[in-house]
Amino acid sequence: MQDVFIVGAAECDLGVTTKSILELQSQAVTRALADAGLTTQDVDGIATNGISRFSATQLADYLGIVPSFTDSSFAGGSSFEIYVARAVEALRSGQCSTVVISFASNQRSAKSRSLGGVVEHHTPEAQFETPYGPLFPLSYYAMAAQRYLHEVPHGRAALSEVAISAREWALLNPVAFRYGTKSLTPADIEGADLISSPLTTADCCLVTDGGGAIVLTTKLVDKKRGVKIIGYGEATTNTSMTSVDDLMVTGAVESGKRAFAMAGITPQDIDVVEVYDSFTITVLLTLEALGFAPRGGAADLLLSGKTRPGGSFPLNTSGGGLSYCHPGQYGILLLVEAVRQLRGECGERQVPHARHALAHGTGGIISTHATVILEKVS
Amino acid sequence: MSFPYLPIEDAVSAAFWEGTRIQELLLQSCNLCSKYQHYPRALCSHCGGTDLEWQKVSGQGIIDSWTEVMRAPQEGFEAPYIIARVRLAEGPIMLTRIDGSSTKISCDQPVVLRWQPLSDGRALPLFVPVGG
Ligand SMILES: [Zn+2]
Repeated sequence: MQDVFIVGAAECDLGVTTKSILELQSQAVTRALADAGLTTQDVDGIATNGISRFSATQLADYLGIVPSFTDSSFAGGSSFEIYVARAVEALRSGQCSTVVISFASNQRSAKSRSLGGVVEHHTPEAQFETPYGPLFPLSYYAMAAQRYLHEVPHGRAALSEVAISAREWALLNPVAFRYGTKSLTPADIEGADLISSPLTTADCCLVTDGGGAIVLTTKLVDKKRGVKIIGYGEATTNTSMTSVDDLMVTGAVESGKRAFAMAGITPQDIDVVEVYDSFTITVLLTLEALGFAPRGGAADLLLSGKTRPGGSFPLNTSGGGLSYCHPGQYGILLLVEAVRQLRGECGERQVPHARHALAHGTGGIISTHATVILEKVS
Repeated sequence: MSFPYLPIEDAVSAAFWEGTRIQELLLQSCNLCSKYQHYPRALCSHCGGTDLEWQKVSGQGIIDSWTEVMRAPQEGFEAPYIIARVRLAEGPIMLTRIDGSSTKISCDQPVVLRWQPLSDGRALPLFVPVGG
């Protein structure tokens, strides 16, 4: 099978930008293409969402290109890891030659986020869940966390360590939203306002503008910066808050298994781990599901301190959605950071000798799961 | 407790909501695989069968997990209140509320059905701790 590489990766402006979605998209796309030594005229594949009802079509029109491959699948924060799988298959089949996967949001500037989420009145969830008044998606993650605390000693301390560790990485990343602030303590997390118990405001990701793009192709020109896609897997589990039987077991079990089987490596071979941290609990459940720890064991992994800078289990090295950037759908930025770590471009937060990186997206209410495994071309 | 959101029922779910008017909790059971499901669907989510019938269920369950919501998701809700996943004795999990104090509830606790009238004559199933 033909190898597929990520040859370009970039962020758009992050934080509070006062820019439109399409201006931020243009930044992400042109910067990622420049990083790859390409231009919009080389692009014949587009995968994006969150712009409008016809997102990929909208972006193609705005960029002035006529793609032979598009994908606007809407699966929340994991969409971009899902697009990697679709793009690899389209590139291998010859449907297209250069794919840009991108996302941008101006949600902080536009104040477009609400605690109740978007209620679609015709859905079963609107009929059987909305009447009770759950926060969406927060209350579902909160119930997962409550179950975790019920089963796992030191669970609360481990949730806090997810946020503390992310902040330590963000303090090394000049473009992180929390760069230049201070380290966190357990009291900072646990003493913050409860929103949906046991989760406090400090267990929740940021609400920022931002986004990014990556460029995929079968042609690797610059071998020194080459990153190869060696595995991917997906699993989609639920829209209802009641469909998943065991809140401790997520779809990442299956998506991870599929990705590792394709890559022919095991969790022990991964040098850098970038997993979706919409909430602190998301990280513990995902690490366990992917096989980095047994059920309940991610608490011990976190509390060992190994996930912080300099530790033996580098986790969410950008600072994550908790302390770096969370533009509503964070999945594209997991991939951008994974690529940069493998290329050795991460300055103070660089993980030495990183050869394999894993990016795992989680969308909706722990609903959509997609794992991508990347390898440095040596 | 206030419940400002009135659910919009459809042909598949109408029997469920009719049951709430006389305080009967109805679940679909499948005549092919004998399993129950909730929410109501036009087919069985366990086996794909379409021969479903409504059964009155016990109203007994246990709290799978819960959360105390401290900020209202929209106007009309009055936080704090407790949202829970209750695992019914018949198998399915329901999203619901627990009428009780957050200091006195925990995962795996047994609960029993209570009814909360809605302004249009229907009612919402809620749960309270057994003996509470
Ligand atoms: Zn059935």
